[in-house]
Amino acid sequence: MTDQPNAAQSSLPPAAPSQLRRAMDSDLFYAFRRSPVAMVSAMGAALLILSSVLAPFIAPTNPFDPASLNLMNGFTPPMTPNAFTGESFLLGTDDQGRDVFSTILYGMRISLFVGFSAVLFAVVLGIFLGLLAGYFGGWIDSLIMRIADVQLTFPSILVAMLIFGVAKGITPIEHRDQMAIWVLILAIGLSDWVQFARVVRGATLVEKNKDYVSAARLIGRRPSAIMMRHILPNILSPVLVIATISLALAIIAEATLSFLGVGAPPTQPSLGTLIRVGQGYLFSGEWWILFFPACTLLALALSVNMLGDWLRDALNPRLK
Amino acid sequence: MGTESFKMLHFIFKRVLQSLLVLLVTGAIAFSMFTFVGDPVENMLGQERTMEDVERLRSQLGLDKSVPVQYFRFLTEAVQGNFGVSYRQGRQVSVILMERAPATLELAALSALFAVALGIVLGVFTAIRRDGFAANFIMSTSLIGVSLPTFLIGILLIYLFSVTLGWLPSFGRGDVVHIGSWTTGFLTESGLKALILPSITLGLYQMTLIMRLVRSEMLEVLRQDYIRFARARGLSDRVINFRHALKNTMVPVITVIGLQLGAIIAFAIITETVFQWPGLGLLFINAIQFVDIPIMAAYLMMISVMFVVINLFVDILYAFIDPRLRTAAK
Amino acid sequence: MKKTSRILAIAALMSSAAMVNAETLRWARAGDALTLDPHSQNEGPSHTMRHQMYEPLIIRDTDGNFVPTLATDWAPSAENPNIWVFNLRKGVKFHDGADLTAEDVVFSFERAKQPTSDMKELIGSITAVRATGDHTIEIETDGPNPILPSNLTNLFIMDKGWTEANNTTKVQDFEGGEITFATTNVNGTGAYKLVSREPDVKTVMTRNDDYWGRDEFPMEVSEIIYTPIQNAATRVAALLSGEVNFLQDMPVQDLARVDSADGLTVKQAPQNRVIFFGMNQGADDIEADNVDGKNPLADVRVRKAMSMAINRDAIRQVVMRGQSVPAGMIAPPFVNGWTAEMDAESSTDVDGAKALMSEAGYADGFSIRLDCPNDRYINDEAICQAAVGMLGQIGVKVNLDAKPKAQHFPLITDGKTDFYMLGWGVPTYDSEYIFNFLVHGRESDIGTWNGTGFDNDDLDAKIESLASNTDLDARNADIASIWRTIQDEQLYVPIHHQVLNWGMSDGVGIEVDPEDQPRVKYFTMK
Repeated sequence: MTDQPNAAQSSLPPAAPSQLRRAMDSDLFYAFRRSPVAMVSAMGAALLILSSVLAPFIAPTNPFDPASLNLMNGFTPPMTPNAFTGESFLLGTDDQGRDVFSTILYGMRISLFVGFSAVLFAVVLGIFLGLLAGYFGGWIDSLIMRIADVQLTFPSILVAMLIFGVAKGITPIEHRDQMAIWVLILAIGLSDWVQFARVVRGATLVEKNKDYVSAARLIGRRPSAIMMRHILPNILSPVLVIATISLALAIIAEATLSFLGVGAPPTQPSLGTLIRVGQGYLFSGEWWILFFPACTLLALALSVNMLGDWLRDALNPRLK
Repeated sequence: MGTESFKMLHFIFKRVLQSLLVLLVTGAIAFSMFTFVGDPVENMLGQERTMEDVERLRSQLGLDKSVPVQYFRFLTEAVQGNFGVSYRQGRQVSVILMERAPATLELAALSALFAVALGIVLGVFTAIRRDGFAANFIMSTSLIGVSLPTFLIGILLIYLFSVTLGWLPSFGRGDVVHIGSWTTGFLTESGLKALILPSITLGLYQMTLIMRLVRSEMLEVLRQDYIRFARARGLSDRVINFRHALKNTMVPVITVIGLQLGAIIAFAIITETVFQWPGLGLLFINAIQFVDIPIMAAYLMMISVMFVVINLFVDILYAFIDPRLRTAAK
Repeated sequence: MKKTSRILAIAALMSSAAMVNAETLRWARAGDALTLDPHSQNEGPSHTMRHQMYEPLIIRDTDGNFVPTLATDWAPSAENPNIWVFNLRKGVKFHDGADLTAEDVVFSFERAKQPTSDMKELIGSITAVRATGDHTIEIETDGPNPILPSNLTNLFIMDKGWTEANNTTKVQDFEGGEITFATTNVNGTGAYKLVSREPDVKTVMTRNDDYWGRDEFPMEVSEIIYTPIQNAATRVAALLSGEVNFLQDMPVQDLARVDSADGLTVKQAPQNRVIFFGMNQGADDIEADNVDGKNPLADVRVRKAMSMAINRDAIRQVVMRGQSVPAGMIAPPFVNGWTAEMDAESSTDVDGAKALMSEAGYADGFSIRLDCPNDRYINDEAICQAAVGMLGQIGVKVNLDAKPKAQHFPLITDGKTDFYMLGWGVPTYDSEYIFNFLVHGRESDIGTWNGTGFDNDDLDAKIESLASNTDLDARNADIASIWRTIQDEQLYVPIHHQVLNWGMSDGVGIEVDPEDQPRVKYFTMK
């Protein structure tokens, strides 16, 4: 088990490989091809992401265009003609007469956009502050780590609610309706950066005392260059693992915030908003309004989580 | 030796000071937010109120003052143990918090117990039977638990166990017994029944987390030389797994449990809303809805103190265990 | 050890006491009463709780007619048009055994006029209340007040002796955070007595077997256990699972499920509340639109077009599941001044609306923000969402901003919204109440909820004259002409009248009250 990837690599022909070729030959990719769980979850995630990106081409209707909706189509069961309009929908319609299938595709776009942007924001902020704290130490370190404490003091949902409240207050009234998405990204991202900063700071503390960094410093390299060129590449794999799991968490967090009334607006619903709205119809028999969005969210979060899990095991040399 | 303990004291002193600063900043942030939650006055006066009523009430509550002034007033009062009076209930905030705390603490305790007990058992199991079908099955299904939002899990549990099967109550604490100022649901049948669904909902996420942590720590330890050596000596699997391996995984697990306790209390907000659990989380959500600033402020301060204290303890504990961190932290 | 076993014994006792009693009303709704002090907080759920334990002089039945309660009859004085005379019921006892006398009523009115009272606005016209006998009082107002009895249906009577003995004569200063004896204790004349109360958690009441109407009313409920449940799904689950047997604030989508469930019934009745949109037509230019230098809402043709774009039947059928009555005027049918003809004046005509829009110079439409609450009225956010789609069809591009009521209502009262949703209930059952708050030009103590910028001096004078007009026919004619102006100007876009739904076990018998005020003494239990 331990030696297999290296053994496989050494058996490959030593021709000058292209970038792609090198990636395909890497330990990681080899392990990937050997793991059915990783393959299936990666394919699932890719399928979901792709279909949400291509939503305008796949979706039969555009649920975000209110003028195109017919309220009388509301609550049509899946694949059953509506009693008033006679129209039929693959996965039925919701309370506003929107096609559930289209709404899921568009909603997933929003969920993924929020999730990816929030994690990206957290990663960039976390790496930046973590590097600063770890490399320079001293009062910079103390300051950043105490800010991290303030952040950790509030659980993520509380942070998000606070930011949402403040942002709602300071956004000019005419921009409020577009604001929600950006605030969600900021809120989820801000509540998430600390773990990246801590990991990066820890790794930087270890790396900066190694000989190669000392050497780089001796030949007069600027700190920014040392951090970017030498330290950063060495800490990317733990960051990648945390980021993947954070993505799933961010998508769920958005749903939870929606339940607390601070999510995406109902006219441009995310998966979370769809589930929040759908849970109101659990007892009334309109199961499809909740069931399909919930399944989509489950599939999305599950595949990303499993990918993250696998990645952690694969990148952790101690577990091989 | 003398300088060692002096250094230690210095470190603790510094961390406590920093923690106080953290609390001050958190409070300030929380307070500046209240301006944006809405206007409490609107909820407190009926539809027949006049503009004079609004102005009178605003100055009476001190809402006409600037945010820093309001914050300073809150702090000076809070230091003396006075958190003011709830706008919504018209009662002392400290009294309300004391009334609601038992519900949340009992729920959190049971959830934590559920998460820790089941988390460790399943974690050990999945580590020992690493490639077995059951272990893989548990690992995969546990991911479902963290891939759905908590509120949905709660509502699905209600649908299944209350509405469809009629086994367990869907809301509230059932009958509670008063012991002094404490109320407990542990002593009545309906109280115990009422605890089941909310505890599972609240503890599920932490359970998954602990299970995965125990599993990976166990896997790690089982590969260590001394375990291999023990095995070579012919010790039974059970002795190896539990006496040696599990014991060594406990340090990181306990740390995580400590940190997660605070998270459990914070996430109780959602569980309590779904199950109408009369605890602090529900109180907080109500307070937001009614812009009940004194309750919001007191709750946020309480949560902050709790997290800061836990963080402080963990840091100091680490410093005792690993003296190098003391210098690194400087 | 002994202590533990005693606790366990108590626990066993308590759980057996909690066993289902056929006559226990287990009652849930979304919110709780704010306080028990009868004169603090003029608010629906608080009044509901008080109505079980305290009583006013008069209540209304489910049709809106007056029902004598602590007063047996009342009439304007023959000598002085500014005086009303009330005869009190004899033989009424408070929960502590004291007799109800005219002194108690005078005391209660005086208490309700204190500055900290929340009921003072409703009795603002009263200048003096006098006891003219053991069981007679007269009420003097600052001018003839023909509709005074309408303002007394939530004005509860307390026992003077009890209130003074417990040092609670001053009305609880709720906003100032005061707690008084009356906040948590009750001594009323009502059909139920307070047993225990934990705010926002549980309130228990027991039947008052010495009640004056013990033989007159069914009073089949022997114990009331009231629990607020906020989350709608949980609330319905509690009814479906049999944990509660009476539910207010039912989500409309669950009516069919509850009604078809074994052993459960849903009863409904139109509510005294109308839902509508307000439009800022007074400003020269408004901020929330994309038209510069002009206010499209100032043009009555645009307002008419917007009203014609709303398909009220579709909202009723889909969003409200049939649980609403499309409205053509902003008065509920219970109100003096409401007419069936005016309430039918809203029609849906998308082509006609488009024609009006181009006539007004807005053939390409315009965009505007709609402010909407999301936790106040039945399906408020969904109604606004539906309206967004319907207005889109005539080219009005609406950006919806839905938010909690604590953020929504200040926008209206501070004049910071140009297009908003509002609902209005009329506790006095008279149009004057609507005009005073929603039609009169905005001043500090009148027109406070008029966010339309509409200000017509002639109309204002007419509205002000209603208060003291004792010639009821002339007064009604004035009311009708004011309504005509409102309708012609399309001051508001009416949507619908809300319908109330109460869910209950089959054994529970009660008719729905249009003001959402169940009075448990009327309940039958099988």
